[in-house]
Amino acid sequence: MIYLDHAATTPVKPEVLKEMLPYFTEEYGNPSSVYRLAQRNKKAIDDARAVVAKNLGAQPNEIFFTSGGTEADNWAIKGMAEALKEKGNHIITTNIEHHAVLHTCQYLEKHGFEVTYLPVNPDGLITPEQVEAAIRPETILISIMYANNEIGTIMPISEIGAVAKRHGVVFHTDAVQAVGHLPIDVKAQNIDLLSLSGHKFYGPKGIGALYVRRGLKLPSFLHGGGQERGRRAGTENVPGIVGLAKAIDRAYQDLAAKNAKIKALRDYLIDGIYERIPYCRLNGHRERRLPNNANFSFEFVEGESLLLLLDMEGIAASSGSACTSGSLDPSHVLLALGLPHELAHGSVRFTLGEDNTKEEIDLVLAKLPAFVERMRAMSPLYEEFVRKNS
Amino acid sequence: MYSQKVIECFMNPQNVGEIENADGVGTVGNPKCGDIMKIYLKIKDNIIQDAKFKTFGCGAAIATSTMLTQMVKGKTIEEAMKITNQAVAEALDGLPPIKMHCSCLAEEALKAALWNYAQKNQLSIEGLTPPPNYVDEEEKHTHSEDE
Repeated sequence: MIYLDHAATTPVKPEVLKEMLPYFTEEYGNPSSVYRLAQRNKKAIDDARAVVAKNLGAQPNEIFFTSGGTEADNWAIKGMAEALKEKGNHIITTNIEHHAVLHTCQYLEKHGFEVTYLPVNPDGLITPEQVEAAIRPETILISIMYANNEIGTIMPISEIGAVAKRHGVVFHTDAVQAVGHLPIDVKAQNIDLLSLSGHKFYGPKGIGALYVRRGLKLPSFLHGGGQERGRRAGTENVPGIVGLAKAIDRAYQDLAAKNAKIKALRDYLIDGIYERIPYCRLNGHRERRLPNNANFSFEFVEGESLLLLLDMEGIAASSGSACTSGSLDPSHVLLALGLPHELAHGSVRFTLGEDNTKEEIDLVLAKLPAFVERMRAMSPLYEEFVRKNS
Repeated sequence: MYSQKVIECFMNPQNVGEIENADGVGTVGNPKCGDIMKIYLKIKDNIIQDAKFKTFGCGAAIATSTMLTQMVKGKTIEEAMKITNQAVAEALDGLPPIKMHCSCLAEEALKAALWNYAQKNQLSIEGLTPPPNYVDEEEKHTHSEDE
């Protein structure tokens, strides 16, 4: 199989799994217990916390483990809204956030909060000036994703952090697609809250973390026991935490070299598609994007049908077309770029990983043009286009 | 998520294309919902001699187009009128709930093509009403932008 859907999830690396395994069997103690078996687990969690913190430029006591990115986003946004509701009721975000942020903001709108959804430009980016212009006296939170999950565009996080700091507004970033893939320094970038998820960088599913800047009062989201210094109740997912730490550490080793290799392969894919397939467009800014992301719209063709044809050849990619995700609406991200509906329905996202090879990309480039041609031959939109232009 | 039959009909679609001087043409759907289906019918002596389609859409939309065109060939107009979206879905061994609208689109496209045939020949077909989502060939797709 040729796996080109690393933005959806990644396989757990063998060395990550190896670190995790003892914590399922021999080292099963509950970290909250007093005996030595349990205390070894407590130490494993503390060590993991220090590793995660180090890789983000944070202090260990600023890292809180969660069940994943969605929980971290919910906790950060709902928590700050609750904590600061006396101060104001206005939140600033963008119109291309992940649903974990968008739907959380929509929920808060039903409870008296006002949300500004900054519109991205046709390249899928917002500017720090846009953020600054949206700040009001009652603005309590800015939540802007680090990198977009569909089109891979990278937001100007450091500059937005500077704006937020200047105005004294709390700044959260959903960095689920960025952690382990881009260098991050929460202090230098003035980030107050940051969400991450283990399975996006060769760690296990079901584990994530929220960085909370020291001194920021974020109320508990899950109430119960005193785990995570009373901020996040629930017996710790020790194997997950250990795996997350190992995964983030290995992700940031030789990051520049790994990214250079992936980017070269990704650029080879982009250039190859442009060369071979007419009437297509790369969605999102050409340069300011994650090194592994290529999101294409193929005119006159619907995305899911291409995915099915690719799947028959053992090529796993995904679509901006929400047909695949249980909703019939096209991608809100692609619509936000200003794409017409038929183009928003015709997108395919390829996200490369550490282990993809040039041979695999060559196979995609060999198969894809014929698949697009085949679907166009069936398309009434293409028929109309040909007639108009003949 | 799809039945084997749907995958078969998608991988080996039948009756793709246009019919020159078709007796009835029906286009339904719009780019917004992500599916556009266009059915061409050749009708002689009240019998559907040939049926072809062009479809922009997902795997289920292509499969229902294939199945519908196979089902109507050789049928009288009255028999074709009895083809329901459920019948198309059943012939495909079922569709995922989220994809049932593709079978509805197939039924609507057939009705639209028959409506077009009836209009052209000033016929009245029992039970046939102006189809929903009917796109008149003259102004196709232009109205869907401002919906």
